[in-house]
Amino acid sequence: MARIVSLREAIAENVHDGDSLALEGFTHLIPCAAGHEVIRQRRRNLALVRMTPDIIYDQMIGMGCAARLTFSWGGNPGVGSLHRFRDAIENDWPHPLEIEERSHADIASAYVAGAANLPFSVLRGYTGSDLLKYNERIRFITCPFTEERLAATPSIRPDVTIIHAQKADHDGNVLLWGILGVQKEAALAAKRVVVTVEEIVAELAAPPNACVLPAWVVSAVAVVPGGAFPSYALGYYERDNRFYKAWDGIARDRDTFRQWMQRHIMQTVDFAEFRRTLGGYAHGVQRA
Amino acid sequence: MPDSYTTSEMMTVAAARRLRDGAVCFVGIGLPSTAANLARLSHAPHAVLIYESGTIGAKPSVLPLSIGDGELARSADTVVSTPEVFRYYLQGGRIDVGFLGAAQIDRFANINTTVIGSYRKPKARLPGAGGAPEIAALAGEVLIIMPQSARSFVKQLDFVTSVGFLDGGDARARAGLPGKGPVAVITDLCIFEPDPVTRELTVVSIHPGVERATLEAATGWPVRYFSRVSTTDMPNTRELSTLRDLIQRTATAHGPD
Repeated sequence: MARIVSLREAIAENVHDGDSLALEGFTHLIPCAAGHEVIRQRRRNLALVRMTPDIIYDQMIGMGCAARLTFSWGGNPGVGSLHRFRDAIENDWPHPLEIEERSHADIASAYVAGAANLPFSVLRGYTGSDLLKYNERIRFITCPFTEERLAATPSIRPDVTIIHAQKADHDGNVLLWGILGVQKEAALAAKRVVVTVEEIVAELAAPPNACVLPAWVVSAVAVVPGGAFPSYALGYYERDNRFYKAWDGIARDRDTFRQWMQRHIMQTVDFAEFRRTLGGYAHGVQRA
Repeated sequence: MPDSYTTSEMMTVAAARRLRDGAVCFVGIGLPSTAANLARLSHAPHAVLIYESGTIGAKPSVLPLSIGDGELARSADTVVSTPEVFRYYLQGGRIDVGFLGAAQIDRFANINTTVIGSYRKPKARLPGAGGAPEIAALAGEVLIIMPQSARSFVKQLDFVTSVGFLDGGDARARAGLPGKGPVAVITDLCIFEPDPVTRELTVVSIHPGVERATLEAATGWPVRYFSRVSTTDMPNTRELSTLRDLIQRTATAHGPD
């Protein structure tokens, strides 16, 4: 049953060194505040999973939280490269990062399989792709009925999945809407589920087929208004495209990155203070 | 007479023209999204644009910066989950056209979006596959839009992320890939289509003012030409104004850098 706690407690209780950890959110509802808290609590040796590693994974990788990364598209959407992700892969900085690379269709299916408590996922994919040469866990099986050759890949069952949602009620039932990505599947595939929400309300007032995670599949709920910034929460705030652009300059250089992370993440107590430190300057970066 | 236009505008307009009205199109972010929306706002108002964020029938008034912008969700007929868009719509065989870009392409229209250099020690790590391998395999047909240069149109890909015609000939069909594969590659210099037999990319149309020597210098393999090469129609006034209005609205909406 979901416990409604502070984000600090939620991460301390549910995310441990060496865990496999998925933060999902497909451009929308990215659990950025929770990612910051993982960094603040100095988790190490994590096996990170995410379809689209973006700024928050750039930050975790650059701060040395990750030993491994399973992903299908790693970039700063609409801007370009993730410099810390690239530096880890190209130059082993701050330490080597083992990568397992898959496709979107595969990872989405692998979460479905994980949520369904199956050991592997089946899809029509990967034929002819060099991804097969570098990921020995992508294999092929023959359909026992039609003899079609299909890709088989291991299901994804994280120790912990963290998502951000619009609302929870006082019992910890969670409601999300808009672009849903793989959040429901990633949550149901995980052993533990942490959800940050924009607000807690008396009544979710969700229509019958809305995307609701019942309280009893969720480990912890923490209220973090704005917790998806710089991504967005439909109905609450827009994506901050300027931050995504500014991140390119912050993350490009190792020292600039480290100083920025010290000032804005390590030396702040929570997400609200982090947001306050961005005032005065445009997103903490002195602009020309 | 149309105003003067850029080579990039020529590329986007030529690519947009290839999307037929009513087509169900799985759209990549960036240039494919610009071209697909230009098509929707001009000759193809009934094209159904699907983004891998699960937005089906998106009708954005400004171009999305990311594949999951709120504008896509708000303007869509429906928004489905990522597993649903890939499993039920793409793998389910409901996509007519996949619209893709790439960092590198070879003469059989295989594409690379993964690494430049070796995989283990890349010179440049690119974002990776995303939805492209399955879009390239499963969409009824594929359109590819990308600027042309000797660095991007290469003899040998550093990494085959998503397949076109593999080694050419009937290799794609033998591999059992359901879709027809790439039907056109539209660049800032010309339009390629696959040869009906060898499946090698063949120049069918050259954009106005482009010399053969220029496009040959921008191609990493010996360029082959269709027996009758045409000159691409210049962007007309309406195409240009629709595109420029779209770009202007987008710049206004996303704000200054």
